[in-house]
Amino acid sequence: MSERVFGAGLKPREDPALLRGERQYTADIALPGTVHMEFLRSEHGHATIRGIDVTEAQAMPGVLRIVTGADLEGHLMPLPCIWVPGGVESHFPPHPYGLPGAGTALATGRVRFIGEPVAAVVAETRAQAADAARAIRVDYEVLPAVITPEQALADGAPQLHDAVPGNLNARWTCGDADGTEAALAEAEVVVKLDLHNRRTINSPLEPRAAVGDYDPLTGEYTLYATTQSPHNHRFLLSALVLGIPFNKLRVVAPEIGGSFGTKGYLYPDMPLVLFLAKELGRPVKWQDSREGLMCSTVQGRDHRQYASIAGTRDGKITALKCTSYANLGAYPSTIGPGVATALMGRSITGTYDIEHAFCEVFATFTNTVPLGAQRGSGRAEATFLIERLVDRFAATIGMDPAEVRRRNMVRPEQQPFDNRMGWLYDSGDYGAALERALEMAGYADREAAKRAARARGKLLGVGISTFVAVCGVGPSPRIAKEGMLGGSWESANIRVHPTGEVTLTIGVTGTGQSHETTFAQIVAQEFGVAVDSVQVLHSDTTKAPYGQGTYGSRSYSVGGPAVQIAARQVTDKMRLAAAHMFGVDDSAVVFRDGSVLVEGDPEKTKTFQDMAMALWYGWDLPPGMEPAIDVTTTFDPADFNYPYGAHIAVVEVDEVTGDVELVRYIAVNDVGPVGNPLVVDGQIEGSIVHGVGQALMEVAQYDQTGALLTANLDRYAIPRAADVPFFELDRMETPTPHNPLGAKGAGEAATVPTAAAVTNAVCDALAEFGVQHIDMPLTAETVWRAMNAATTSRSEAQ
Amino acid sequence: MTDPIPTSVDQKPVATQRPPSGMSLHFNGVRHMIPVDARTTVLDALREHLQLTGTKKGCDHGQCGACTVHINGRRVLACLSLAVAHTDDDIRTIEGVTPSDGALHPVQEAFLACDALQCGFCTPGQIMSAIALLDEIKTEQGPAARLSSDEIRERMSGNICRCGAYPNIVAAVTRAMAGQDGAR
Repeated sequence: MSERVFGAGLKPREDPALLRGERQYTADIALPGTVHMEFLRSEHGHATIRGIDVTEAQAMPGVLRIVTGADLEGHLMPLPCIWVPGGVESHFPPHPYGLPGAGTALATGRVRFIGEPVAAVVAETRAQAADAARAIRVDYEVLPAVITPEQALADGAPQLHDAVPGNLNARWTCGDADGTEAALAEAEVVVKLDLHNRRTINSPLEPRAAVGDYDPLTGEYTLYATTQSPHNHRFLLSALVLGIPFNKLRVVAPEIGGSFGTKGYLYPDMPLVLFLAKELGRPVKWQDSREGLMCSTVQGRDHRQYASIAGTRDGKITALKCTSYANLGAYPSTIGPGVATALMGRSITGTYDIEHAFCEVFATFTNTVPLGAQRGSGRAEATFLIERLVDRFAATIGMDPAEVRRRNMVRPEQQPFDNRMGWLYDSGDYGAALERALEMAGYADREAAKRAARARGKLLGVGISTFVAVCGVGPSPRIAKEGMLGGSWESANIRVHPTGEVTLTIGVTGTGQSHETTFAQIVAQEFGVAVDSVQVLHSDTTKAPYGQGTYGSRSYSVGGPAVQIAARQVTDKMRLAAAHMFGVDDSAVVFRDGSVLVEGDPEKTKTFQDMAMALWYGWDLPPGMEPAIDVTTTFDPADFNYPYGAHIAVVEVDEVTGDVELVRYIAVNDVGPVGNPLVVDGQIEGSIVHGVGQALMEVAQYDQTGALLTANLDRYAIPRAADVPFFELDRMETPTPHNPLGAKGAGEAATVPTAAAVTNAVCDALAEFGVQHIDMPLTAETVWRAMNAATTSRSEAQ
Repeated sequence: MTDPIPTSVDQKPVATQRPPSGMSLHFNGVRHMIPVDARTTVLDALREHLQLTGTKKGCDHGQCGACTVHINGRRVLACLSLAVAHTDDDIRTIEGVTPSDGALHPVQEAFLACDALQCGFCTPGQIMSAIALLDEIKTEQGPAARLSSDEIRERMSGNICRCGAYPNIVAAVTRAMAGQDGAR
């Protein structure tokens, strides 16, 4: 057999051009004649717009067009929301098609968050557009704002949307309410924990951008945009926002500079650059600023959770209950309400077999930036909750937290395991991952490590977090039940050219995960050809087969199988053609080292290229076979997939300053068989860094007017090189039965447990002070205050 | 139909309403007359006027490092540097340090070898920062200078990588440092 390409850690083929700065991101596009759009954004969290005066701005140099919300009526429909809380009554702003609405592209009548676009200015240069935007006079009547769900749900609270009584999008529930209450009432031990998994900002380094172009001869629009879902956005924009035929809109996603969930949403700029390009007859370009990104691109997390865990004194967990208040922001983002409900609520039992569990989520509108996905979305919030609760339960009954986990984890023989909350876990040995991580961490020797650190003035803590994360969004009928208005399949097209080279065109779009490399490896393996002969195209809706986009760690685990199935359809056809030419049964034909041959019969060998040419000419094919090779397939998985693992953080807390240093991080992950371990390990490392950021430094802070106080990268800290050590990684590879590659999501799974592992470690370090819980981020100040509050209250008690 | 995305370097500057005067700037060894006004940064001069888009704008406030260029051999944030202040200076960008024959600079090679990038948006800035860092330590400590991983982390902390490739970036800089004193 030829050397395995699949599973090899090939260097990403994208890298040389990226290293040279030559790949083109949206902001790098400069179409001839381009003009520039800038927004005037709301400066109030909640206000009525009494009037907008553009007179002065309109007269400024270079200004071509200014539009406000009123100008768009009859031209642009409101944006839609396509993931609603499944199975429960929910309330949304309106959309003319009766769908859930997500607000208009420019504010109409009222603004509901600081940063909401109020007017768009197009000018010859970006500076002119920005100057003119500042000269627009808006007459606001300021209204009281609500910032937290508790404020929004209070009696007499200011109301954001006429169609949403009480600011409540939905009360969503899952699990066994009565059984859980009964189990809590009967339990030997009940531990309560209230926590705030605070608002975060994804902050991909590339701000969003969009370029709109319109061809008056054909009536065709083209959108170049930072979108991780070009096909889906083509559908939503053409049919539900612009009201134009689907085939009059082309969407292209150029190189994308990271997303982590933020670029899968419809944003006001996308329809606006198209509308204005047609109006003005010139390409319209919009580039967000960092401040604009911070106050308008979807934010993450933000659940206030009130939870109880119950169990026996010998460590068996018997019940879990969570009431969560999710802060959706001012408008539902494209998929925000689904993220905040199902992805969180169904995931709260983690890796554990808990007989009675119940979760309710109050999804609430407030005067803050709309909520969306952040790497690990929903599952990270759920995992943080359960893994903190398990540690608190262990401390309460005086048992080693590793032992409590051992006694409650789902065992491999229980797979597939119904977690009783709606997820059917697929495969794997959760306990083995934990044991491996404990061994790598030297967990048994932790007391000696603590003593050694103490001698240096450091409080050493060790924190465990296990996880299982629903990933690989699909199958379509299932996500329909979860409230998503859309399909979740992926597709692939393979053309084998007459000269034997191959072009693979995939439906899925990457945001920096080296798709062009990994997907080529699948095809090269199936065909037995050199990986370099497989070209990979994507992300242009006029050239690529349909796809739903990269989100929920689904590119490889849903798009990958589509590629493999297409490749096997190609080899099936070529095998039949070769068998016909060789005069043998097709089962005798194999693909190896660039040849199509019959084992043990050297006469019966053709190169892959010869076969490609033979199919191209079509002179001698089996009866009924069509010439040429051009295959398109779609793949909709049998069910979600469930990567899992166990992580251990080791921190040292400075006993004087409270400063936390992450000194070791051990992570054992099972994302199934991997196509390219180099790429997957990169995803895992990046995911860990993301989780460390939330644990130690990241938080979006608002004041009571709705002003975002952390609107730049000085005020909103994200990890830098000095904040993370080298990681200690190991992988297990248990296939999922739900796709032919056995692949599980790898892009975000490792973010899911990280914040809990780090927080558990810090709380372990501070256990001697009586600290039971600290809400993230665990900055030096927060930790110092927690240490001192605990010390003070103890000394007062004495 | 030709692809409507023009290549960045070949494209002529976009027609704009130009202010009456411009300035002369020395980019990558070539002097350019650029019609920019006094508030234009080196970064905007590069990206908007010369279509040298390898240098990225991540924050425009000197907080992320994506726009790092070399001015007279030192690493500088192009977004915080007004073009008018650098008319006599030698400004070098990622396009200027990349060999023109399709090869890679040794620091780029080290990043490739260590998988020190993912989405690539911060990468030109990381490369420019790392090249300057290696020059800095040579100047400070001589050609055989070696930094610890912690020192590299600290000195590379001006460049954010939101994909989180830091462990591999530190490994890449270490590798480049080891390779630059003629060992290979």
